[in-house]
Amino acid sequence: MSERENILTRIKEALSQEAHAHHGRGLPTVAEQRQVLPRVGATVDEQFALFAKNANDLRATFKLVGREAELATELKALSAAEQWQRVATHVGALTEVAVKLLGLPTLTTNEGYDKHELERCDVGISECDALIAQTGTVLVTSRSAGGRALSCLPPHHVVIARREQLVPDLPAAMALVKQKYADNFPSMISFITGPSRTGDIERILVLGAHGPKKLTIFCL
Amino acid sequence: MSAPLVHFKEDAQRVAADLRHRGIIQTAMGKYEVVRDQRKLWFQDWQGARNLAARTKFEAVNHLDTHLGELAKNLEARGTKVHWASNAEQARNIILGILREKQAKVVVKSKAMTSEEIHLNDAMEKAGYEVVESDLGEYIVQLREEPPYHLVFPAMHLTRGEIKDIFQKKLNDAPSDDPEELTMVARRQLRKKYIQADVGITGANFAIAETGMISITENEGNARLTAALPKTMITLVGIEKVLPRYEDLALFLPMLAVMGTGQPLTCYNTMYGGPRQPGEADGPEEYHVVLLDNQRTLLLADAEQRDALGCIRCGACLNVCPIFRNVGGHTYGTVYGGPIGSVITPHLRGLQEWKHLSYASSLCGACTETCPVKIDLHHHLLQNRRNASAPTSGKPSFFQRLAFRMFAPVANNAALWDLTTRLGRVGQVMHRWIRGSAIDPAQAWTKTRELPPIAKQSFREWWEERKNISDQASSNGEISKN
Repeated sequence: MSERENILTRIKEALSQEAHAHHGRGLPTVAEQRQVLPRVGATVDEQFALFAKNANDLRATFKLVGREAELATELKALSAAEQWQRVATHVGALTEVAVKLLGLPTLTTNEGYDKHELERCDVGISECDALIAQTGTVLVTSRSAGGRALSCLPPHHVVIARREQLVPDLPAAMALVKQKYADNFPSMISFITGPSRTGDIERILVLGAHGPKKLTIFCL
Repeated sequence: MSAPLVHFKEDAQRVAADLRHRGIIQTAMGKYEVVRDQRKLWFQDWQGARNLAARTKFEAVNHLDTHLGELAKNLEARGTKVHWASNAEQARNIILGILREKQAKVVVKSKAMTSEEIHLNDAMEKAGYEVVESDLGEYIVQLREEPPYHLVFPAMHLTRGEIKDIFQKKLNDAPSDDPEELTMVARRQLRKKYIQADVGITGANFAIAETGMISITENEGNARLTAALPKTMITLVGIEKVLPRYEDLALFLPMLAVMGTGQPLTCYNTMYGGPRQPGEADGPEEYHVVLLDNQRTLLLADAEQRDALGCIRCGACLNVCPIFRNVGGHTYGTVYGGPIGSVITPHLRGLQEWKHLSYASSLCGACTETCPVKIDLHHHLLQNRRNASAPTSGKPSFFQRLAFRMFAPVANNAALWDLTTRLGRVGQVMHRWIRGSAIDPAQAWTKTRELPPIAKQSFREWWEERKNISDQASSNGEISKN
């Protein structure tokens, strides 16, 4: 017998004795989840306000930008302040606009890339799948955001999203992932909630443990 | 006494009297308690959420065979190689086999309690691989050659000064004892390793059966990089980590964050469903998932305590446990410490040798009350006590029998009981002179604790007195009878 069969057989035997369900049976419905999870406003405006508040609490930067010109001003200001030399990004309608505005040497990850080169980039600019109001989270996947490392290796992660990408809560985000990718999931789906952090030394918060020290979200 | 018991007693005595240790833990826990409680209120109904989480885990664990089969099938469908390990040795051999086949030299790891459980680092280092822990806390305790202190905060017991010292000693790089600067030292050191490593090894927080995914929760981004840059990725996961559906994460991710660290959501919650897929920019060429039993099926067979397999390793029960806070994480001598560790270790490693952990509890129930998946922890500790002293394990010791033989006639005879109480009062006055010394019969207790004085008046004496007063009062008509 293979170990797989050994283990599954042991499990079946173990389960032959029934356990008492002290807290009820049956998987909860999404409606039940929503009754207990943190409250989210019903209107889009409320949800944007909530996202902005959460991002601020998480020490991420969130900006609603009206037009491309506004995005250009913001990006150039960031670039000048942090003296960006090299930019990493991926192919995408929104990222292309951003990169063109910056006019810096650019590494595009889509076709594969050299790890050392990505590590030398000052910023990773990516798109996302959704923004989650409830928690201030950016949802990215290996397909929507240029792979696994682009959103994590450079010291600054800039996300460019569209207004329509805001979803109210976690159940909505889970449903979106399943609906969008059900027949072919990306190999990585990541819920990014603020810049990288640690509290491992005396429980004192330090940003940028291994991932980005900064997270900036522009919403067009 | 079993060796683990001797170790426990020695360490507990030493650590409980260590005021410096107590100070560090109280400060850390104080900060945690404040944010945790704020976040619980952020939920519309935290108690309701605990009920839903308990229900979800009940379904997951009580249909484990179905979900595990589904998980493996869905992982394999997208090119992941799934391995099954009945015990620690098999798991180590599977992983060492992959390292050999890949001709690996450097292995980078993100936090995995399962790897502590099977002593994976030892085995890999003995086989000649360079192994680097990438979680900051784990990295620090690895440099100190210590096991992690806590499920969630491995280096919680250390001060910044101690961390500076070990960085200076082992890395020759410690600009100051500022937490930010120390974190940046680790960041610099480990960036090289992610890029250099041939294999990345991770643990898992959840395994989603429906979609065939491994979900990893972390704050630092070290697991993200471990899963992104090396050519081969291995995840070592206990079979009990299965959740049936993707949407179950909507509940479990925020609950884990709230109880683990008091955050609304941990910084990175990432699901991995295979190696790099066609059209993707990066990711490992090979993805291996090792499903570990290692006595979990033994715990599963105990229907009474099966719910302990629902544990999400948030560490909340450790944080509230008065015993954990006094004796510290290392005293347990186990990978999983605190109340949950005391419940499951006797199942995973042998009841007789580890039964003393069932007594490392005041039975106050704080653990049960805080557990986000409602594991009945303090009752399980009682059940372990019962099971360990079952008739099959032999008679009570000679001294126990002797003590009860002497106690029984005293407790059964009112006059004798009364006399003993009176003698006790006199004895306690005299006890003052020998207190804490070698000839003190209560030495084990009085060395570190106060012996409460025997009451000046026993209940029966009080009752007699009260009866006399009230008889008098009622005969004087001062108290109305109603």
